[in-house]
Amino acid sequence: MSKCRNAVLILFVLVAVTGTAFAGERKLGLGRAATPAEIAGWDIDVRPDGQGLPPGKGSVKAGEAVYMAKCAACHGEFGESAGRWPQVAGGQGSLKSDDPVKTVGSYFAHLSTVIDYVRHAMPFGDAQSLSNDELYAVVAYMLFLNDIVDEKFVLSRETFGAVKMPNAGGFHDDDRETTEKAFWNAKPCMTNCKPEAKITGRARVIDVTPDERKPPPGRD
Amino acid sequence: MPDTRRSFLRKSALIAGTALAGARMTRSAAAAPLEIPPTAQQPGRPIPATGYGVPSKFENHVARRRTDVFVNRQNWSDWSMTPLQHQHGIVTPNGLIFERHHAGIPDIDPATHKLVIHGMVKQPLVFSMDDLLRYPSVSKFYFMECSGNTLADWTKAASTTVQQTHGLLSCAQWTGVPVSWLLDEAGVAPDARWVLFEGADGSNHTRSIPLNKVMDDVLLVYAQNGEMLRPEQGYPARLVVPGWQGNMWVKWLRRLKLGDAPWFAREETSKYTDLLANGTARQFTFVMDAKSIITSPSPQAPLRHKGFTVISGLAWSGRGKVARVDVSLDGGRNWRAARIDGLALDKACVRFYAETEWTGEQMLLQSRAIDETGYVQPAKDALRKIRGVNSIYHNNGIQTWLVKPDGEVENVEVS
Repeated sequence: MSKCRNAVLILFVLVAVTGTAFAGERKLGLGRAATPAEIAGWDIDVRPDGQGLPPGKGSVKAGEAVYMAKCAACHGEFGESAGRWPQVAGGQGSLKSDDPVKTVGSYFAHLSTVIDYVRHAMPFGDAQSLSNDELYAVVAYMLFLNDIVDEKFVLSRETFGAVKMPNAGGFHDDDRETTEKAFWNAKPCMTNCKPEAKITGRARVIDVTPDERKPPPGRD
Repeated sequence: MPDTRRSFLRKSALIAGTALAGARMTRSAAAAPLEIPPTAQQPGRPIPATGYGVPSKFENHVARRRTDVFVNRQNWSDWSMTPLQHQHGIVTPNGLIFERHHAGIPDIDPATHKLVIHGMVKQPLVFSMDDLLRYPSVSKFYFMECSGNTLADWTKAASTTVQQTHGLLSCAQWTGVPVSWLLDEAGVAPDARWVLFEGADGSNHTRSIPLNKVMDDVLLVYAQNGEMLRPEQGYPARLVVPGWQGNMWVKWLRRLKLGDAPWFAREETSKYTDLLANGTARQFTFVMDAKSIITSPSPQAPLRHKGFTVISGLAWSGRGKVARVDVSLDGGRNWRAARIDGLALDKACVRFYAETEWTGEQMLLQSRAIDETGYVQPAKDALRKIRGVNSIYHNNGIQTWLVKPDGEVENVEVS
């Protein structure tokens, strides 16, 4: 019994403590101040409005050398992809087709996305190893591969705003609550909902699933 | 009051129009006494001095599997899928929670791991894992689903197992700290509207999330199902974004940056946007719509017995609680409400059951989830009519399993 009373008491104290510490202002004073110098080590994001663009510049010509040395092995010499790695050039006009090809030229709405991603994560396996000049150069070269700029183009903070991405107007925010309003249905059909249910396709015919008894290819 | 199992047995028997007792009469009887098994005569394995328990050797077939749908033959930016056909209840065991990585699995030492909050805040802060563990913790059950789940089956029935069609879904109890508490420590600037979250993996995975969602229910977690996160689930810290697409649940979390606009990172523009038939695309489609799947029977869990049969599966919705799950045995011509057993929590998996008497006839099994907002899981054709077939993401269409007279199960589509 006394154990039980203690438990109730402890619970009461806990509620009281959290009740005061976390009502409205929920501060425990944990963590320490981060200095601007510390933050600079990780703060490398680039936004569509240009916020975060680093100093430096890079030409298409300089970018070709960087691309051939550090990117072409996976993305292909012309951005066409080598194997299953992402294609970075081409595909313009394909988005309505049965085989849409999403690349920097055909799909990316913002130039900042390319700069931000390459700056964060490329080259694959050696992320954040490019200098700012190499970064601008290799992105300039990808723009050239997509016929967005000419071979004399130099990318920098100053020229960033002049680049027009072909699919800039291709996106709109989630509109499911209006375009798919019909899926909210207070009285879904329960009986005799359709005259028949005929089989129109069978997965076994296509079968993209690996054999469960064998390990998948490439497994260590 | 939920019906008891017994009353369901009676109802099921009535629905099928056959007497359950009749089926039971067919059992044969053995004359010899039951043998005493060796396990009942000798001691088993001794208790090891230390150890982490693993499943029985007879359960070795229960494993995550990489997809290899696209045969990309590289295993860094890849995914593995949960064997839903073997899951019981609503909790996915930690070793079976699906994986999606963009540059492999880092091994991060919690003693050196840092979490930084900066940008539009009063006081930028650095937290150690030790700091984060000092907060009172909260533990919540939530489903986690990759918005690419069921992507191989957008155009037609293509995958032959439930692990492949729906295995980018897992359900767990997550333990950690509301991100709003950490933001309050730093003091959010009045004009801040979005938060960028960044991982410490080789892809430096980043996603922008609206501040109001972050303040509402987003968690920084360090534990799943009672133990610290597994490395492949983001050890030592990851984000939980209840009801929203798995790609936003940033693993190996190391940085939060507050801003007045989204960043349009690669993973929220070039990927995880939904291309429509007219060539335009939806962006910021965060919420995972209501969805359900019958896990038994399914291709890896065929029917082995006629007579009393339990149809069971999972249902979930990113918009709130699952209110009801309907099951059809005839490809969606007629439906009946299934029984939801156990917990039915906000943005969590529920387990449903529908009992029947199976006499060996062909069945076309379907399930549809209905959530508390009134959203009804749509047929695949209804989805394709609005979105076309190039969306890749957010396929929550109703799945059909063909149960053949021999009990084998196939993934099919029906008119």
